Amino acid sequence: MTGRDGKAIALHGGVIAALFALNFVLPEYHHGVLARVLVLAVFAMGYNLLFGYAGLLSLGHAMFFAAGLYGAGLPMYHFGWGVLAAFLSGLSAATILAFVIGMLALRTKGVAFMIVTMMFAQVGYLLVYYFGSWTRGDEGLVIQQHARAIEIGATTLDLTEPTTRYMTALFLFSVVLLVTFALVRSSFGRVLIAIRENEERTRMLGYDTFANKLVAMVASGAICGAAGAAYLILFGYVGSTFASIQYSILPLLWVLLGGASTTLGPLVGTVLMFYLIDGSGDLLKTYAPGWNISHLGIVGAALIILVLFFPKGILGTIRDRWARWLP
Amino acid sequence: MAFGPHLILATLEGLVTSAVLALMALGLSLVFGVMRVVNVAHGEFYMLGAVLAWAIASAFGGHPSIGFLAALVISPLIVGGVALVADRLVLKRLDYNPEATIVATIGLLYILQQVALTFYGPEARPVQAPFTYRVSLPWFGYSGYKLAVIGASILLLLATWFVLSRTRIGMIMRATQYDSETAQAFGIPVGRVYTGVFAVGAMLAAVAAVLIVPISQAHYLMGRDPLLLSFIVVIIGGLGSLRGTVVAALLIGVSDGIISVFFSPTLAKIIATFVVAMVLVFRPQGLFGTAAR
Repeated sequence: MTGRDGKAIALHGGVIAALFALNFVLPEYHHGVLARVLVLAVFAMGYNLLFGYAGLLSLGHAMFFAAGLYGAGLPMYHFGWGVLAAFLSGLSAATILAFVIGMLALRTKGVAFMIVTMMFAQVGYLLVYYFGSWTRGDEGLVIQQHARAIEIGATTLDLTEPTTRYMTALFLFSVVLLVTFALVRSSFGRVLIAIRENEERTRMLGYDTFANKLVAMVASGAICGAAGAAYLILFGYVGSTFASIQYSILPLLWVLLGGASTTLGPLVGTVLMFYLIDGSGDLLKTYAPGWNISHLGIVGAALIILVLFFPKGILGTIRDRWARWLP
Repeated sequence: MAFGPHLILATLEGLVTSAVLALMALGLSLVFGVMRVVNVAHGEFYMLGAVLAWAIASAFGGHPSIGFLAALVISPLIVGGVALVADRLVLKRLDYNPEATIVATIGLLYILQQVALTFYGPEARPVQAPFTYRVSLPWFGYSGYKLAVIGASILLLLATWFVLSRTRIGMIMRATQYDSETAQAFGIPVGRVYTGVFAVGAMLAAVAAVLIVPISQAHYLMGRDPLLLSFIVVIIGGLGSLRGTVVAALLIGVSDGIISVFFSPTLAKIIATFVVAMVLVFRPQGLFGTAAR
C-alpha cells in the first residue's frame, strides 16, 4: 500500500464516519434532507460511473432510477410484497433494462448516444402514463407506512423512523461508495478511463471496448436502480416526475458540480445543489417576490456556469490544483 | 361524419402540423448540419416566439391582422437576437464542443422557460387570427387561416432552399458545413457564419410559433412536444438534409394527425419515439440521408 492509497482509503473512511456522526448532531430538518441526499447521491454515483469514468454522457438515466422505483413500488403497492423482495425486484428491473438499453444504445456514439438514451427514457416516461391504471400517472403511488418495515426474527425495523431511515440510506451509500472506489481502481476501471480518453487506441491494444462499456452501463443502471428502489422504500412515494427528463438532467448536474470521475464528487454535488435550490427558494421569495422562478431556473443557470467555467467540477479542480492523489 | 371526410379532416390537420413542424425542424437541422450543435433549447425559441407574438399582438389595437403581421416580423427578430447573444456568450466560448453545448443548451432551456414563466405567467393565451374566412368544402367548412399556414410554410421552405442552393450566402454556409477548417482557410468568417446560422435557426422556430398561435395558444411549456417531434423529424430525415427534413415532417405530421384521431395519442407518441430511437441505433444516417462524414 502506497501513501496515495492510504490517504484515499482514510478519506473515504473519514467521510463515512463523519456522515455517521452527523446522525446524532443534525437538527431534524437537515437530518431528513441528508437521508434523501444520500440516496440521491447513490443515483449520482451510478451516473458518474458511466459518465465520469467511461465518458458516456447519457441523457436518459431517469429510466433506470424509475425502473428501480416502479420495480419496487408496483409489487409493494399491488401485491403487498415485503421490503427486501421489493428492493431486489427494483434492482433487477433496472439491471435488466440497463442490459437491454446498453445492447442497443452502445451501438451509437457521442451525440447520437445522448439522443438515443433520451428517447428511450422518454418512451419509459410515456409508458408510465399509458399504464396509468397501474401507476396512477403523475399522481403516483403512496406506500403505506406499515408496509415499509423489515421483520428480523422478533424485532421490527421500521424504515420510516428517522434514525433507521438515515442509517439505511447511509448503509446503501457506503456500500456503493466502496464498490465504486474499488471498481474504478481495478483494471476494469482503468480500461474504462482508457476508453474515455481514446476508444480506438484501447481497441487496438486488444480490449473489447463494447463489452467493457456494456458492463459499465449495467453496473451504472444497477446502482441507479438500487437508489430508486431505496428511495421508494425509505420515502414511500413514486410518481411519473421521477421518470421525466428532469431526473435525467439532475444526476448530470450533480456529477458536473461535484466533479466527474471523482468518487466523492457525486456526494459533494448532490449536497451542494440540494442546499443551493433549497436556499435560493427563500432568497428569491424575500428579494424577488412575485417572481415565479422555480428551482429549474437555478438548475439552468448552474448548468451553464459549470460547463463554461468549471468543467471539471469542485473535486476535479481540487485534484488538478492541490491533491493529485484524490481518487 | 362518414369515414372518408373524417380522414380528409385528419389529413388536413396533419398537414398543418407538418407545415409548422417542417419550419421548426429545418431550424434544428440547419444548426446541427452547419455547426454540429444539438440545440436542446430549440423548443424554447419556439415558445419564446409564441409568447412574444401574444405580447406584440396585444400591444397593437385595431384590426387583428395588424397585430399579427407586426408579431410575424418583430417576434422572430427578437428571438434571433436572443439566440445571437446566447451563441456569443455561451456556445462560442465552449468552442462548439458537441457534448458541452448540449449541456449548455439544456441550461438555456430551463432559463428561457423560467423567464417566460416569470414575465408571462402560467396562463395559456390565444392570439387572434388575422382573418376568419372559412373555406367551405362539400362535407365541412375549414379554417382559411390554417390553409394559409400551410401556404406560408411552403413559401418559407422554398425561400430557404433558394438561399441555400442558389446564393452566395448559401454557398458560404454549405462550405462551412462541408469542411469548416478549409472554409476558414479560404477566408470565410466561420465564427460569424455559426452565429448567423444559430440565429436563423431560432428565427425559423419563432416564425413557426407565430404561425401556430392563432390555432393553439401561447404557453410557457409549449416548447416540449414540438422539440421532441422536431428531433424525430430531423433524425428520420437524416441530420442536416433539407429534403429529408421536409419529407419526414410530412410523414410525421400527417401520421401524427391521423393516428391521434383514430388511436390513443400517448400510444402514438410511444411508438413514434421508440421507432425513432431504433432508427438512430440501426440507421444513424436517417432513412433518407447519406452517410455522415
